[in-house]
Amino acid sequence: MKSWDIFVAFFRSGMLGYGGGLSAIPLMKREVVDIYKWMEEEEFSDILALANTLPGPINTKMSGYIGWRVGGFWGMMSALVGTVLPTVVLLIIFLTVLHEYKDKPWVNGMSRAVIPIAGVMLGVLTWDFIKKSKNTMGWTMTVILLVISIVVMQVLGIHPAILIVGLLVSALLSKNKKEEKQVKAS
Amino acid sequence: MIYWQIFLANFMANLLGYGGGPATIPLLEHEVVDRYHWFSVHEFSEMVALGNALPGPIATKLAGYIGYSQGGVIGAIIALFASVAPSLILIIALLGILMKFKDTAKVKNMTKLVRPAIAVLLGVMTIDFFTTSYKGVGIVQTAIIGIVSLLLLEKWKVSPVYVICGALVYGAIFLG
Repeated sequence: MKSWDIFVAFFRSGMLGYGGGLSAIPLMKREVVDIYKWMEEEEFSDILALANTLPGPINTKMSGYIGWRVGGFWGMMSALVGTVLPTVVLLIIFLTVLHEYKDKPWVNGMSRAVIPIAGVMLGVLTWDFIKKSKNTMGWTMTVILLVISIVVMQVLGIHPAILIVGLLVSALLSKNKKEEKQVKAS
Repeated sequence: MIYWQIFLANFMANLLGYGGGPATIPLLEHEVVDRYHWFSVHEFSEMVALGNALPGPIATKLAGYIGYSQGGVIGAIIALFASVAPSLILIIALLGILMKFKDTAKVKNMTKLVRPAIAVLLGVMTIDFFTTSYKGVGIVQTAIIGIVSLLLLEKWKVSPVYVICGALVYGAIFLG
């Protein structure tokens, strides 16, 4: 019974959350905190903040963890299936049908028409990431890191993994003034 | 062998994708287009556009389809496992410890410093998609569809479902 509740909660918030990732979070909060009362709002925000510091898709980290907390292993599986499966199946059906009729000129036209939109969507995401960087680090640091990234990945052709791991390591090794101040103050 | 590659491609992209689902898109493209050559840029952009028209998290939709097209149902399950499990296991195992560190500057710095690199990857992909479109349908159609969809999506906040459906109809009639 509980597994079913968990499935329903994450199925609803997954299916109604358009625009990927973060748009589903408020819906998820409504299910978990307001409707099923599995946890307090504060705890939910804590988990969200923490999940954000880890890599990978945010929704499955949230739903998987909450499912685990509420219903153990099977709770976790129900949450994941509810979040992921329905839309994956839809996309597979969609694209398989499209490719089936690829030879038809009008289907070919359909597939060509969506590419510029994919470009626009990614362009918007690019701008989002740049804006967020500016808000947290300011323009100077953002531009410096953008230039470094372009040189390393595009000019030198180094795999993104190496750059990202390098950045993560330098974040961990960096001395932070604020932290030192806090230590002194305490 | 193909299953191992499916696992590896999704595992890498998701483990490095700081900043949620969208951050994994260019990393995934790097793996499946540039490295394994399973898809062309055209096919990948199709996936992103249609994937965005459907609800739910984008990274797992892409993973599921990539896995399915390369390795059937088992491939899809492996791809989904690879994209979901590592970070989920991390959060379940480490939540207690991480909770203590979540406000420290170093942990916050991690996401912050990686963001511009992800922005570059996304930007490069944007250019790739427009170039592919330009080669396919020419500059005029690319510009028309691009500008109209930008206005619809960003200015008038029309849901991607309607924008993509509209584009499919437009393409069937005018680009066929």
